[in-house]
This record gives sequence, C-alpha cells and structure tokens, in this order.
Amino acid sequence: MSTMLNKDSLPNRLLRSDAVVSIFVVVLGFLFGTILVAVVGKNPLNMYKAIFQSLSGYNIDNGKMNVRYVGETLSYSVPFILTGLAMAFAARAGLFNIGGEGQYIMGMTVAQVIALLGPQIPTLHWILAIAGAVLIGALWGGIVGVLKAKYEVSEVVSTIMLNYVALYLSRIICLRLPGATTYKTANYPETALINNPFFQKITNGSMLNNGLFMMIIAVVVYWFIMEKTNLGFGLRATGFNKEAARCSGIPVVRSIAISMAIAGAFAGLAGGVVALGSFKYGRVLAGMDNYGFNGIAVALVGNNTAGGTMLAGLLFGMLKNAQSLMQGKQIPKEITFIIQGLIVVFIALRSGVAIYLAWLNKRQLQKEVLTK
Amino acid sequence: MDYAIEMKGITKTFPGVVANDKVTFNVAEGEIHALLGENGAGKSTLMSILFGAYNADSGSIRIHGKDVEIKDPNVATELGIGMVHQHFKLVHNYTVTENIVLGMEPKNRFGILNIGSAEKEVARLSEKYRLEVDPKALIENITVGAQQRVEILKTLYRNANIIIFDEPTAVLTPQEIDELMEILIRLKEEGKTIVLITHKLKEIIAVADRCTVLRRGKGIGTVNVADVTEQDLAEMMVGRTVDFNIDKAPPQVGDVVLSVQNLFVKDEVGHLQVKDFSIEVHSGEIVGIAGVDGNGQRELLYGLSGLSPVESGSIYLDGVDITNMTIRQRIELGLGHIPEDRQKHGLVSEFTIAENSILKNYYKEPYSNKYGLLNQKSMEEDATSLIEQFDIRAGRGAFTEAGSLSGGNQQKAIVAREINLSPHVLLIAQPTRGLDVGAIEYIRHRIIAERDKGRAILLISFELDEIMNLCDQIATISKGSIVGMFKQGEIDEREIGMMMAGSQTEGGTT
Repeated sequence: MSTMLNKDSLPNRLLRSDAVVSIFVVVLGFLFGTILVAVVGKNPLNMYKAIFQSLSGYNIDNGKMNVRYVGETLSYSVPFILTGLAMAFAARAGLFNIGGEGQYIMGMTVAQVIALLGPQIPTLHWILAIAGAVLIGALWGGIVGVLKAKYEVSEVVSTIMLNYVALYLSRIICLRLPGATTYKTANYPETALINNPFFQKITNGSMLNNGLFMMIIAVVVYWFIMEKTNLGFGLRATGFNKEAARCSGIPVVRSIAISMAIAGAFAGLAGGVVALGSFKYGRVLAGMDNYGFNGIAVALVGNNTAGGTMLAGLLFGMLKNAQSLMQGKQIPKEITFIIQGLIVVFIALRSGVAIYLAWLNKRQLQKEVLTK
Repeated sequence: MDYAIEMKGITKTFPGVVANDKVTFNVAEGEIHALLGENGAGKSTLMSILFGAYNADSGSIRIHGKDVEIKDPNVATELGIGMVHQHFKLVHNYTVTENIVLGMEPKNRFGILNIGSAEKEVARLSEKYRLEVDPKALIENITVGAQQRVEILKTLYRNANIIIFDEPTAVLTPQEIDELMEILIRLKEEGKTIVLITHKLKEIIAVADRCTVLRRGKGIGTVNVADVTEQDLAEMMVGRTVDFNIDKAPPQVGDVVLSVQNLFVKDEVGHLQVKDFSIEVHSGEIVGIAGVDGNGQRELLYGLSGLSPVESGSIYLDGVDITNMTIRQRIELGLGHIPEDRQKHGLVSEFTIAENSILKNYYKEPYSNKYGLLNQKSMEEDATSLIEQFDIRAGRGAFTEAGSLSGGNQQKAIVAREINLSPHVLLIAQPTRGLDVGAIEYIRHRIIAERDKGRAILLISFELDEIMNLCDQIATISKGSIVGMFKQGEIDEREIGMMMAGSQTEGGTT
C-alpha cells in the first residue's frame, strides 16, 4: 500500500464499533418517531412518558408507581430475545434463518400438547413441555440445515415454506387437543404452567414468569457456544468465509446443520415460553404471532451477539409494552412499529453512513496533503 | 527535449491512502518510458489519472506541450492517448474487427454498419505495424498474445500516438513476451510514444529508453536505462539492497512422500481439466509445475487438497491412499496447503491472526481441551511467537484482524500456519503473487528452508523465474497433463516456454 496515514479519525473508529452504530441507529429511529408524532399533531412528550412508564413503572402524569409495567416489559422481551438469538446464531454461521416463526410455532405446539396430555407431576411436567419445545425447534431448524448442507437447498426458501407447514400443522394438531374450539383448547393443568408467584408478587401481578430464567440461560449458552467452544469457532469461521473454512478442514456441512438446529432450539424455546407463560390454555393459531420475524430485526440491531441481542430484545419488549400506554395518551400505537421499522432501515443504511464518513475523511486528508 | 507527456505535482488520495504524492512524470516524444514500482506504489493510479479514469486532487498535465484537463477517458482518446489494459477488455464472441471498432463503428449515411471497410482498415493497420491478427477471427478462438495485439490495434485505430501498456507481460509466455518487446520497438520506430508500466526489471532493460521509479506514491527519480543495471533499478524500487540470488544447497532427496497416479479431475462446470496426471514428490525436494494459467493447475491442487473430488486415479501420502479422504483427514496425515487465493481459501479475514493461526487444528490440544472448550491463552501465545518467527508486521499483534494486513503479511501468516503444522507434503500455489520484493525474498527462503527440513514440496507458479530458481524438479503441464519433466539446470526458460506454449493454441482465455 502507499503511504498509510496512521491517524484514525474519531467517526471512523466509532463506525467500526458495531455497538456504537446500533445505539446511534436506535436514537435516530426515536428521533424520526418523535418528529412523526409531532407532525401528526400529538405531543411527542407523551410518547416518552409512555416509554418511560413501561421501562420504570413510574407514571409521570399522576406520580403513581406500578411495577407491573416493568414486569410486563421483561415478559414481552423474553420471546423477542429468544427468537433474536435464533436468527443471530444462524447468521453467525452465515445463514439467514427466516424460519424462526415456524420453529417458534412448532415449539409452542409441542409445549401445548405436552401441557395438556403430559404427566401431571409438579415441575417435571413443565420441564418436559419446555424440553419438547426446544427439541422440536431444533428438529425444525435442523431439517433446513441438513437440506442446505447436503443438497444445497436455500435456507431462505425452505424456512419460509416450513413456516407455513408449521402454522397449518399446528392447527391440525391443536384442533385435536382436549376441549379444542376453533381458537383455543381446554385450560392447562396447574403443573404445566411456568408462572412464578414470587415474580407476580413483586411485579404487582404481571405476566413475568420462569421464562425469564430460561432466556438468561439461553443468552449465556449462546455466548458460551459462540465464544468459548471449538464448535463455535468452526461455526464462526464457516460464517465469515465458508471456502477458507472448508479448505482448512472444518466440516462445514456439519457446521451448517448444527447451527440451524441450535438456532431452531432457541426459537422453539420461545414458543414454549409463550405457550406456557403467557396463556393458561393452548391456542389454535389462525395466523402467525410474528415473534419469529421480529427476531430478525432484534438480531440485526443486536449485531448477532449474545449481549446485543438481549438489549435489542428488551428494547422491542419495551416498545410493545408501551403501545397500550401510548394509546391511553392519544398517541397511535403504530408509532412503535414505525420506530422499529426505521431502526431496521437505518441498520441497513449503515454502509451508506460508512461511505459518507469515508468521504468526509478523504476531504480532510486532501486538505492535510495540500497544506503540507 | 520535447515532451509528449508532462505530469507535474500530481497528488491523488484515497480514503486513508495517498496513492500519488506530488509525482512528476515526463515522457519525451517517441521514447519507450518505463514506469517502475512495486505493487501499490501508485503506478496504476498515475496512469489512470493520465487516461482520465481518475481525476487528480492537484497537479497539472500537459500533452504535447499543451495544458489539458483529462476529465474522462474520452478526452484521453481525443488527445491520442490509448491504453492496453492488463485485463483485456474484449468481447469474446465478437470478431477481431468488431472489437476494434466497437464504439466508433464506420457507418454509411443510412447509419448501417460497414464492417467490410472496417476489416480493410484493420488489415491495413495490422500490416503497417506488423501486428498479425485475422480480422475475421472470433476473440475466443485466438491466443492471449493475439488478443493483446487486438488491444494494441484498438488504440491505433483510434489514432493513439501515446500508448500506455499496463503490466502487458503478466499473461504471456516467454515467446510471446519476446514478440511483444519487438512490437514495442516497432511502434517506437513508427513514432509512437510508449509508457510501459511494469515491475519486471528485465523488460525495462530490454526495451526502455528511460525509466521513472515510484515508491509508496512518491516519484523516486527518472534514469536513462542505458546507465543503470537491474540491481540499481531494484534498489530504487525497493529502497534498499536486494538479494536476487537464491542460495540453495543440492537437495537431499529421500523417499517418495506424495505419489499421484493417473489422476483425472473435473472443474466446477464439469470439464475434465486434469487428465492422466502422474507425479512423485520425494522428501527434501521441490517439484515445480510450470505452465500457462488455465492448464489444469488449479484443478490439480483442488484434487490433491480435497477441495474437489477426483474422477479417477489415486493419491498416496506416505503410502496411504488419501484419494477419497476428507480435507481434515488429509491435513491430519500431514498435507499442508498454501492456496493460490489467499482471500478466498487461505484466511478468514474477519478473524484475528491468532484465530487464523489455529484454523486447521483449533479442535486439538492445546487449543481445545477434551470437552471442546477453546484455550484462548495458548492460542494467543503461539500466535505471538509465530508473528515473531515469521516477521509478520501487525499493528495489534496476535489480535490484528487478518483482513487489515498487507498482502505480504497475510501470506506470511498463512505460511506460518502451514509450516507450524509440520506437514510432510506442502502444496504451494503462486506463493509470491502480488507481493513486494521483500516479502517475495522472505517467502522463497522459507520454502527452501522447509525443503531442507525434509518436506516434500509441490510448487505451482505462473512465474517462470520462480519455478526456475526454486525447484529441483520441473514438470511442465499442458492441457492437464505433464508434457515434460526435468531436473533444475537441464532446461532453460526458452525451452520450457516452448512446451508451455503448445498448450495455448486454443481457448486462449485471459
């Protein structure tokens, strides 16, 4: 290379930090959201009041505190984070897992089946249901991985199709469950629930449940596999440069299959947590819950890292919880979807920002050269 | 002296890089002027500015004594500047004539293409400058050398009187290089001004009148070629004394380590590229495969390393049949591979040097324990010692991202990893391509050191110099088969060139 200038400008260094970009992008998303609210003639302050309340439980308008909102925010975040991990794990191995939704639905379905038909032994019952959800998620993702690895079937196509297979398979199965109507089944026995009386007590009766622990375990497992094991090393190498990985003897076919299976397990867990934690009965799905799709955005904002995905999932959970509060303050709840959408768009625009900063950098360099 | 080109104080910056720093470049009318510099010295940038592909940040250009502003290549063409690119810009299923007139086709008054008159004009030019081509032949059916002649005719057809040649010999056989040199001299005699961009010193000594040397974006000076030696030019280019001689003891040849028998390998699209290929490589020797690019070298390596399945035949490593083994099994048996494409096959550029250094054995002790947990510490320690041993220049030591290294240091990182695995057989492809002189010297010495340790080395290179200097045995490959096998010193470049050229009469892809 020709004369490399060692000086590194601050924006350049910041741009290279994925975390900084994500934070910048989130702020930008909120900024545009604020402007939008103002443009439609509402007070943006009310939006922030709602968000603040969903985050802290404190209602600025009347000075009342209700911890339930905090519990709900956490509770909403759990499936976002888990499906985010499902997307992120596959992405780290170079795969685009659009099938989080299908894996989530299958997890939910199996959890419901075991909840309604499984042995009603305390603790064991819900553990079985959750384990079933994780396993079916892994299987549902693993099928895609094997198809991709062995027969080079695009994971994008197969995951999208399997999403629909999952949805209708779920309906067929759930309609045969005890007490099934067109939209719900009979109530679960107590032993299948993952509610946590302690959480309910301290959060003033929120839906927060043991899924929180499972999410935390999942985040730790994700980080551990990726960063600390040689399995994760092979997956990351495959994700960055499949050809170099193959040339180095890394079994990329196996890596791909395994990474899709693990990704599916995270989404399956999300399904299990929602089935047993957010509802007291099984649901007969008529449409998709969209947690799987939102997971794609969560992983994008979280840069496919364990910690980043958790924070991004919390953000999405907080926005979801803020929706009803906003409506109470005459702010359309759709504004949260717009903010989420904008965040994803801005993340995608990242390369554009990079080009702009490079251009600025070049201008400065030219000045320096000319004045030398 | 009258100047055809006067470039004064040319500065061009790219993000983070000053490609040209106040470069002055003067070319006299009717001379062959070489522009010499290592990869990344700024030669191509300077010529792209002259040709209008880039605009300089500052500086002035005069052509034939007139101030000009070359905003785009069309302006350059109008000024009589033509460029023969390193990678030809030809349409493969068009004829020679169609390619030459492309963009300025002769038309009659109804706007209908008159290819007949164009063919006559091409034939006339071809005769005048003795650039032999068949005006009606399709590009895909003529040799690489002929394609280059078409590129030259293209510039002449556009009335160029200044012709820039960008690394014109990179794709040619030795015979074709000689022909090109004659063409350059003929063009000069016809009054054309020639700029020859190159890093090959021999060519400069052979044909150039003067030579301007660039180093790291700066002009180092302009010399009369008659007054200097190759050694002088090399030192100007690199900025220090260069040792061109490779000291090599006679090989201590041992047993056969790699044995390839009647190998057939197909490429991705299913064409048989390696045909009935057999070779034996002993411990302690370097066997070189000489040949023009595209004669099955790549597929041979893919087949040996396990990247591609073989059609038939067998490969033995230390007597073990590895023909159908996985890549990892081959690596474990002692097959090392320094691939041709560093970026694609050699490194994970997002990984650090440390991570890249264990890419092939990360799952083994001491880098992983029996539970599959990585041992970060031993990875970093070993990588740090490799960085020191192999003189890898990396800003952040073992934590430097491989992608941020220069080409030479990337190659050193790969060489370090492969040598560190103590392979019995080392497959090496194009080990010095695109590297600067210092790195080339270093890598070549390392390869010889490995040979002296008793490794069996199979070297594939398109640089004949490299093959001639490094290898104890030289095999020439043509159309996927060995056409000759010689000991070092038994054969000279010319003879090898003849054998290589036999492979070139058809296809002729660039």
